[in-house]
Amino acid sequence: MQNILTKDEYRKYVEKVSPKSKLLRNTIRAFVVGGFICIIGQMFNNLLKARGYGPDIVSTITPIIMVFLGAFFTGLNIYDELGRFAGAGSIVPITGFANSIVSPAMEYKSEGYVLGVGAKMFVIAGPVLVYGISVSVLAGIIYYIIK
Amino acid sequence: MVNTVLSYINAFIIGGFICAVGQLLIDKTKLTAARILVLFVTSGVILTTLGIYQKIVDIGGAGATIPLTGFGYSLAKGAFGEVDKYGLLGAFTGGVKATAAGVTAAIFFGYLASVAFKPKAKR
Amino acid sequence: MAGRRIGKQTVKLQNPVNAVSAAAIVGPKEGKGPLGRYFDMIIDDELWGETSWEKAESKLTKETFSKIVTKARKSNNEINCIIAGDLLNQCIASSFGLREAGVSFLGIYGACSTMAQSIGIGAMMVDGGFADNVVCITSSHFCSAEKQFRFPLELGSQRPPTAQWTVTGAGGVLLSNQGTGPCITYVTTGKIVDMGIKDANNMGAAMAPAAADTIITHFRDTGLAPESYDLIVTGDLGIVGKSICDDLIKRQGYYISDRYNDCGVMIYDRERQDAHAGGSGCGCSASVLGGFLYGEMTKGSLNNILFVATGALLSPTSTQQGESIPCIAHAVSIGKTFG
Repeated sequence: MQNILTKDEYRKYVEKVSPKSKLLRNTIRAFVVGGFICIIGQMFNNLLKARGYGPDIVSTITPIIMVFLGAFFTGLNIYDELGRFAGAGSIVPITGFANSIVSPAMEYKSEGYVLGVGAKMFVIAGPVLVYGISVSVLAGIIYYIIK
Repeated sequence: MVNTVLSYINAFIIGGFICAVGQLLIDKTKLTAARILVLFVTSGVILTTLGIYQKIVDIGGAGATIPLTGFGYSLAKGAFGEVDKYGLLGAFTGGVKATAAGVTAAIFFGYLASVAFKPKAKR
Repeated sequence: MAGRRIGKQTVKLQNPVNAVSAAAIVGPKEGKGPLGRYFDMIIDDELWGETSWEKAESKLTKETFSKIVTKARKSNNEINCIIAGDLLNQCIASSFGLREAGVSFLGIYGACSTMAQSIGIGAMMVDGGFADNVVCITSSHFCSAEKQFRFPLELGSQRPPTAQWTVTGAGGVLLSNQGTGPCITYVTTGKIVDMGIKDANNMGAAMAPAAADTIITHFRDTGLAPESYDLIVTGDLGIVGKSICDDLIKRQGYYISDRYNDCGVMIYDRERQDAHAGGSGCGCSASVLGGFLYGEMTKGSLNNILFVATGALLSPTSTQQGESIPCIAHAVSIGKTFG
């Protein structure tokens, strides 16, 4: 096969003939669904504020509620359908973070609760914690130095 | 009343915009879900360190805190707060302390969901 | 050169090797596809009463094997060898599915090219006088494949338009030196072809060069032309890979477009069913062969076919290490004897 096309030529050829995702449609869907999930978060923010909770408490409780919702709808086999439709609109919000933990936890139940659920729970979200926390440590150190 | 309605509109626009950026990355690059989550969280930390993200939070409210960049924002803000109180040690404790609720909820509800629910085949 | 070898990669069989029976069992999505009525059984749900996807896939293999033997009116004792493989790590769907068969077992791995690889080896065994009856069987399962190669089922991720859908299904044939049925005449064993494609979401493009390579080699080795066949069918290139393969073959001076199809394209209705570029998996070519193609050949609607199953020889580890995807395609000629 290398005698009619080089690897580079083949790669370019594949790039040309492969169907592309419908970018505009997908971006609009992501925008709308992501925006809507944020409205739900805002609703809880407003509700809690109206009940007199301070901003620190609000920013602690709302993530818990949103994570619960993400976990619940993943359990009901609904969140993956939302993901199929909305792409980043369901991956990027914190509900997507919950989905990335709950989905492998459910999937690997067949391998037991310790090595299946317990270990595999972080197979997708683990990097988020590793990199998020590590960069925040660096940021803290930089902040300390600059102060 | 107006403020409330405005808060929803801002949340929708800012949150939607951040997700739209994520979608562009999915469709135009070959980034998988995990890499996008990592990118957004670290961007949140960096933008907060540069002082930019706080402004986005002030305008967008949940539109800025719900996307995973908001998780990075909480991590960074937490680290800074603890550094103010305890010095260098705060860099290590602050991030996790501030995001403890979200992470613990994810672990706990994740475990419960795995006990209660079964995965279903897609069609 | 060894007595039966012709050309570079092909073996011309000299004794009758008949596919005396075939069977295919598939999942609900495949059952709702255009070939639904040709399969022996359609299961109601992907678990089929088992406690894991992997166990369900083993059951698919076990039950399909049973059907193949029963339809040939034989018993397990008369089978000399089973040649089987699948996509799971260490091919556990095959080994666990067939552990009670009590028959000599040869496990093979060819990824999605397993059906043709198995038939090729089995046909050579029968032709060479090493066996009277050989069962060639393989399977795949959407859920177990996603779990091993891609993502948990409930993860909200999006598939690009080039992605394919792993078929839930098992299929196979019984090859015998007696009885009647479509005959295996040539076996062209593929070589590994890697054109540098790294995108595991575009398997069709990764595998097309291997398919084209094997098909061209088959024509050059045997001296046959596309017109010798009613149908040239690849395993699971999908619509993207199929058109690339067609084009690559044209560039080498052979025209197959008017008699070329692909099992991944045939098994799903891409308008009504969400299958993106089409079906994939060992079970794709196996179930289309065991269910549809075999039936058409025994009816006489198809006389001579070139069955070319295509496989991508990657693993999750190789992808994470930034490697490209080496692929392979094996071809077997099935039909009446030539000359």
